[in-house]
Amino acid sequence: MVKLAEWQGKSVFRKYGVPLPRGEVARSAAEAESLVRDGKVPLPCVVKAQVLSGGRGKGGAVRFASTPEEARAAAEAILGLEFKGEKVRELLLEEKLTIGRELYLSLTLDRTQRLPIIIASARGGVEIESVPDAEIDRQTVDPFPGLTSYEKRRAAKVLGLAGTQARSLDRLLDALWKVFQQEDAELVEINPLAVVGDGLVALDAKVIIEDDAGFRHPEYAEVRGDLTELEEVAREKDIAFVQLDGNIGVIANGAGLTMATLDVLKELGGAPGVFLDLGGTDDPKKVTEAFLLMARAKPTAVFLNIFGGVTRCDSVAKGLVEAMREVPANERFPLIARIRGNNEAEGTEILRSAGITSTSDLRASAQAAVDAARGRP
Amino acid sequence: MSVLVDRDTRVVVQGITGHQGTVHAREMRLFGTSVVAGVTPGKAGTEVEGVPVFDSVRDAVEATHANASSIFVPAPYARDALLEAVDAGIRLCVVVTEHIPFHDMLVMYHYARSKGTRIIGPNCPGIASPGASKVGIIPNVVFRPGRIGVISRSGTLTYEIVSGIKETGLGQSTCIGLGGDPVVGTTFVDALPLFEADPDTDALVMVGEIGGTAEEDAAEYIRHHFTKPVVAYIAGRSAPPGKRMGHAGAIITRGKGTAQTKVAALEAAGARVARLPYEIPTLVGEAVRSARR
Repeated sequence: MVKLAEWQGKSVFRKYGVPLPRGEVARSAAEAESLVRDGKVPLPCVVKAQVLSGGRGKGGAVRFASTPEEARAAAEAILGLEFKGEKVRELLLEEKLTIGRELYLSLTLDRTQRLPIIIASARGGVEIESVPDAEIDRQTVDPFPGLTSYEKRRAAKVLGLAGTQARSLDRLLDALWKVFQQEDAELVEINPLAVVGDGLVALDAKVIIEDDAGFRHPEYAEVRGDLTELEEVAREKDIAFVQLDGNIGVIANGAGLTMATLDVLKELGGAPGVFLDLGGTDDPKKVTEAFLLMARAKPTAVFLNIFGGVTRCDSVAKGLVEAMREVPANERFPLIARIRGNNEAEGTEILRSAGITSTSDLRASAQAAVDAARGRP
Repeated sequence: MSVLVDRDTRVVVQGITGHQGTVHAREMRLFGTSVVAGVTPGKAGTEVEGVPVFDSVRDAVEATHANASSIFVPAPYARDALLEAVDAGIRLCVVVTEHIPFHDMLVMYHYARSKGTRIIGPNCPGIASPGASKVGIIPNVVFRPGRIGVISRSGTLTYEIVSGIKETGLGQSTCIGLGGDPVVGTTFVDALPLFEADPDTDALVMVGEIGGTAEEDAAEYIRHHFTKPVVAYIAGRSAPPGKRMGHAGAIITRGKGTAQTKVAALEAAGARVARLPYEIPTLVGEAVRSARR
């Protein structure tokens, strides 16, 4: 999933006609000051850190300014922050509007009903999880007729909007629906959606684009989101790779088997550190790449759990042996392999002749990995 | 008898000239499936593994009376391939293709449903009934005919578990891999009634994963409507929270969707829940003995 920063989400919104405050992006305090001095951002203004975590207001990552000097000072303070582990590199400067009520509005997928769903609440500007269920309205939208007028009228009623404001919501929902569908979004969220005079303005924008739709959206290929550096390299190579806190590296094939492997290690007292899902591949080159990526995460021990259904165990074994040779001697770590299924005997033999232990029993081999990570023989 | 597929299932392989399509057309035949046709636009008149190739699903159906489809075409073209199969009158489509955008799948699912076509998948291993037929990619070696039904959201984990069941001397009636995508054509709740009605299934193994509420929904169904013993396993007890769809996603699931909520719901519905995958065969043995009583 590609999480867009607020300013990126808002530039998508602008394309579809969602009403926004006037604003500009700055990457330095000097730039922030001159945007205000040149009148590109009207005063008073708000200066916001462009980070992906929520709770910016409370965390000092949103400040106000009434002069160019204040804008500079606010920018300096925020650019020096590390917000929930994320370094602030970009700022969004926007005019400070006089707002009325703050509302909540989002469009996402309801997996159970297999339909898009509009979530609306008159209680915006706070974390939506903290709003009582009775004050949150959910209505599904059938993709075939698409968003209908009666659905938009219901949303207006829930949000307490009538007259010109309701018409403003009507247009805004049409725009959001288009963003959701045409941009292949998983989530389009406006919180708060502010009532400003007779109209509505999106004060924030949270847009998450679905990874699988990348073939339709080359424009999002460069958006890094909140991945770590190694996770990013993995993404480029189409390997599922997630970093956790422990010290055992796990390589498995398939999401379910990978998760089950973590469960077993944890049950046996181990701490999985990185997990890497090879998916359906048995291309030895890709196995090598995946393994070298794992080595860069510096695990204490690595547990490989492969069930060869379509994947051939011998191909995986070849890739693994190749990869082990490329890891410098002083950076090597114990490798415990458990391979089963298609060409199991050949795979086991390849690993044995390279000095890698391989068994077909999941429990015993997982225990061996846990012991190896603790430095036991 | 079996679930959804039988000896009369006649399969058309969409995307048969691709690597995956070719390999699995052969594997399906080795399993005993009637693979009657392949479809790749522009390749009509050729053959793959002795199977005639057509330009369109309609041509394939007219010539061979295919009644099920196995879709291997790449994600950008999968939506079109599925709609084509539905319009050609195919009523069971197994979509093996992975990485299909869920927006495409929403259209595929609702269109198929409106025409009476069942989709299994996408991003799934498919369905197999040993001794009858297989549509999809589940490895032939894991099976042996028997009376245990299997429904799973996973791929390789399913193979692992099914082969564990085989090693205890038991076999499977039908195994369905539903696929792990956010939108799937067949959910646990969609599949459970089929196994309840199947006289050849004595007990059911259900393999779930964290995320979504499909397992909680299944537990609700089991509690009220499912009379056969159920053994369940939920993968991802130890997976880190956080890689989820943000706040709006949490609002829909409202405290459901974790391994704990799923296990609790299934246990409350009377299922035997395995903590770890290698506990499943033992629990299945117990379940079968209890069913015979």
